[in-house]
Amino acid sequence: MILADGIDDEDKWLAEGIAGVQHHAFFMHRALDDNNLRDALKYSALMLSELRTSRLSPHKYYELYMRAFDELRRLELFFKDESRHGIPVFDLYELVQHAGNILPRLYLLCTVGSVYLRCKDAPVKDVLKDLVEMCRAVQHPVRGLFLRSYLAQISKDKLPDIGSEYEGEGDSGNVMDAVEFVLQNFMEMNKLWVRLQHQVGKNLHILSQIEGVDLEIYKDTVLPSVLEQVVNCKDDLAQFYLMECIIQVFPDEYHLQTLETLLGAYPQLQSTVDIKTILSQLMDRLSNYAASNAEVLPEFLQVEAFTKLSTAIGRVIEAQADIPIVGAISLHVSLLTFTLRVHPDRLDYVDQVLGSCVKKLSGKPKLDNRATKQVVALLSAPLDKYNDIVTALTLSNYPRVMDHLDNQTNKVMAMLIIQSIMKNNTLISTADKVEVLFELIKGLITDLDDTTLDEVDEEDFSEEQNSVARLIHMLHNNDPEEMFKIICSVKKHIMRGGPRRLPFTVPSLIFSALRLVRQLQGQDGDVVGEEVPTTPKKIFQLLNEIIEALSSVSCPELALRLYLQCAEAANDCDLEPVAYEFFTEAFVLYEEEIADSKAQVTAIHLIVGTLQRMNVFGVENRDTLTHKATGYSAKLLKKPDQCRAVYACSHLFWVDDQDGIKDGERVLLCLKRALRIANAAQQMANVARGSSGPVTLFVEILNKYIYYFEKGNPQITSATIQGLIELITTEIQGDSTSALPASDPFFTSTLRYIQFQKQKGGILGEKYESIKV
Amino acid sequence: MNYLLGAFKPACNVLITFNDGKNRKQVPFKKENGQTVTVPLFQSQENIAGKVTIEPMQGKKIDHNGVKVELLGQIEMYFDRGNFYDFTSLVRELDVPGEIYERKTYPFEFSTVEMPYETYNGVNVRLRYVLKVTINRGYAGSIIEYQDFVVRNYSPPPSINNSIKMEVGIEDCLHIEFEYNKSKYHLKDVIIGKIYFLLVRIKIKNMDLEIRRRESTGSGTNTHVETETLAKFELMDGAPVRGESIPIRLFLSPYELTPTHRNINNKFSVKYFLNLVLVDEEDRRYFKQQEITMYRLQESS
Repeated sequence: MILADGIDDEDKWLAEGIAGVQHHAFFMHRALDDNNLRDALKYSALMLSELRTSRLSPHKYYELYMRAFDELRRLELFFKDESRHGIPVFDLYELVQHAGNILPRLYLLCTVGSVYLRCKDAPVKDVLKDLVEMCRAVQHPVRGLFLRSYLAQISKDKLPDIGSEYEGEGDSGNVMDAVEFVLQNFMEMNKLWVRLQHQVGKNLHILSQIEGVDLEIYKDTVLPSVLEQVVNCKDDLAQFYLMECIIQVFPDEYHLQTLETLLGAYPQLQSTVDIKTILSQLMDRLSNYAASNAEVLPEFLQVEAFTKLSTAIGRVIEAQADIPIVGAISLHVSLLTFTLRVHPDRLDYVDQVLGSCVKKLSGKPKLDNRATKQVVALLSAPLDKYNDIVTALTLSNYPRVMDHLDNQTNKVMAMLIIQSIMKNNTLISTADKVEVLFELIKGLITDLDDTTLDEVDEEDFSEEQNSVARLIHMLHNNDPEEMFKIICSVKKHIMRGGPRRLPFTVPSLIFSALRLVRQLQGQDGDVVGEEVPTTPKKIFQLLNEIIEALSSVSCPELALRLYLQCAEAANDCDLEPVAYEFFTEAFVLYEEEIADSKAQVTAIHLIVGTLQRMNVFGVENRDTLTHKATGYSAKLLKKPDQCRAVYACSHLFWVDDQDGIKDGERVLLCLKRALRIANAAQQMANVARGSSGPVTLFVEILNKYIYYFEKGNPQITSATIQGLIELITTEIQGDSTSALPASDPFFTSTLRYIQFQKQKGGILGEKYESIKV
Repeated sequence: MNYLLGAFKPACNVLITFNDGKNRKQVPFKKENGQTVTVPLFQSQENIAGKVTIEPMQGKKIDHNGVKVELLGQIEMYFDRGNFYDFTSLVRELDVPGEIYERKTYPFEFSTVEMPYETYNGVNVRLRYVLKVTINRGYAGSIIEYQDFVVRNYSPPPSINNSIKMEVGIEDCLHIEFEYNKSKYHLKDVIIGKIYFLLVRIKIKNMDLEIRRRESTGSGTNTHVETETLAKFELMDGAPVRGESIPIRLFLSPYELTPTHRNINNKFSVKYFLNLVLVDEEDRRYFKQQEITMYRLQESS
């Protein structure tokens, strides 16, 4: 009905237009009869204004144009006869350009132009050039086409062709000018023609809005005939445009139901048509449709949308052999998006898409930027969708696609994967998956062939490696067997990382392994007697290897700490030889690798602290180790460091446990030695600086004395403490810079503590009774 | 009634003529009462010479206290109608007090008169030149006669006349570059130019070029601005696409233009603008206005 109405209206408008032309032509004739130029121009312009209508289809417009064309012939005759109006043609050429509206102005200009060309007052080529240029002002496709066809009409017998009377001498115009003129007019008309096709698209839009067109009619009548038209027009621009129109204007469910027909048309299109864009649009639409409404999903399955699209893409890529790689990949991205939205449960589909992408990529040279972006999009899509890398790990083609990325992008992608794991707290729980995962992120794990170190930004590098370190903690399984496999697998990969990566990744791995050790240790009782393939011993062997690798890449301090951690774990597992071995390694490192005095101080304290807690060692072993430790302490460079290390060593002989070592004598020996060193330090300071400085070292030692005194070390008596207090007091008074004992707050607090204990009474109070402060 | 009319009939006819009146170019001039008459055309620095003829009515004599002729250049604001501001005032005494019995002719001459401003008839202001003859009479009221004339001044072509070229647009919507071949046009000039479409995301229906005249009168807070559109010239029909270039050729001769007047005697200014207007399919207008300077070029004929 709408269509019918439209046709009726158009006839009405055409009739109105024709009436208007006739009306104004009547007055124009009168003016022509009176030789009245002014009125002739006025009424001809009014008549031509009828051609400004936008309501007529090209077909109807043609009828109107022909009416006006006939009238213009009469006007041209009038213009030609100067005796009738008395105006030279040059002035006439200007005069018609005073018209306010462009379309009448240009029709009049062409009409006068015809006379101007004929009289040859001006160079023919200049007039032609001017006319064809001025006609640019009409950009409306229909009106422009008719105006330019009028221009072609009036000029065709006046072109400066060879042998024509218009072929001029010298500059006035030759055959080249004629060709140029016709070509330009042709080009402009062609541009308008292309735009006119866009109007054709509107018909499709109207078609889609007709209520009566239901799926049946669309399927049986509308689509086949439209497609037939499209295929038969054999014009690439038109085909592209019309296919786009079909996709955009008709409802999604129609496309879904006619997918086969629609896709069937694609290979028949001209080879220059940009099919990938059209296909992408179709898939985007369909996936949006699926996403917006879950109820339509069964339909997708019913029509096997995926298989059809996938086949179509294969055919398109096959048919267009020279399709750029980026195009092929973006097609796959569209298909993948479609799959993920419509069939999220069909991993095999996803893998299939990736697989065909790999096929396309293999044997291609390096990807350009745009293609790389598309590949990243391709790889990110499943990550975003599933929020779970484990799913992606089961896609066998995933790493194969990644292989085609350049190193930089590969790293970015690897980071994306790690971030996805972190964000979703995904545990990777089998060694197989770990293998795949490390295969994916190998860009971060090792130096890929052509990256040189100085290319890498330091901060980026640390961030990447920290991410890997965090990732290691996500690789976990409660089953010790599997976990051990995981650890072995991780070890295998990260050991290839080289000196720059190991310091970041090894600690994670060590602690991950130690966690397993603790777990096994907890189960110890249950598994006695059974054959246990994974024993702490085995793990410790592994750990030893790992740390060894680390110490060999000049990270001795880190290695030392890790050795001590392992020793402690071994202690808890009651493995004396293992613990001893770790300590030995730590000591070797200390002796051979740690040269910096500050690092030495830190190391000594770490060693002493760890050793103190060890209870697995027999007397002999322990003696060796404590002897070593005290020995190192006394050999530190700075006296205060020496002193502190030595008094710390005193704890090696006094473990405040039920059955810990309590060797009071050797404690006292250590403390005395510390006092001697403190004394020496004091004297050295005196010599070197003229003042002995604060008595901090003494006070620290005093506190150790008090500690052991309270813990009941028989060697420490109230008399020794009394003596020390007096010593300190003398020292302070002797020091001119700080005359008052109160000036050393540490000392004052210590004295106050003793005072407090005395007042508190009880067993401790009694012990303190004899000390005077 | 006849009796009364007779009593107020002027006592004499006063006629002002110019010496070169026969050869001098005459131009149409719109008088205050709306009538159009033709009056002689002068330019600055010309001699204005002529004769004043006084012819008493039959059998009457005129008693007077002197006769004079004045050349006045006046500006009249329409909000202050009837109140003239004289920027030029020259006077010649023609006769000493006495009596006129019969037709008497006085020659007069103002030589090389400075008339820097052109005659102008605007919406809110007009500038006119006039000869005023006064026969001074003590009791019966003076007899006054006026003769208008028009002054037009010509300029040589300007030594510097740059084109106007500009890129304008609305972000992500429309970008055009337009060019007019000059910034100063004489009154019969042709504006040549083009509009180049760099980006078109709106559906344009058509494009016009308007010539607008802005007359501003008064000063400070009393400034009154009047803008008229003198021409509306369609440049383009339909929606262009990116990369199209549309020609401009606008003949100025059909329009009634005056030279640009800048701050005439601190009373008024007249400026001209080219306004490029694009209209889209929803009838929204996008425009860019550029000032052009108009000047009067000596006509060769």
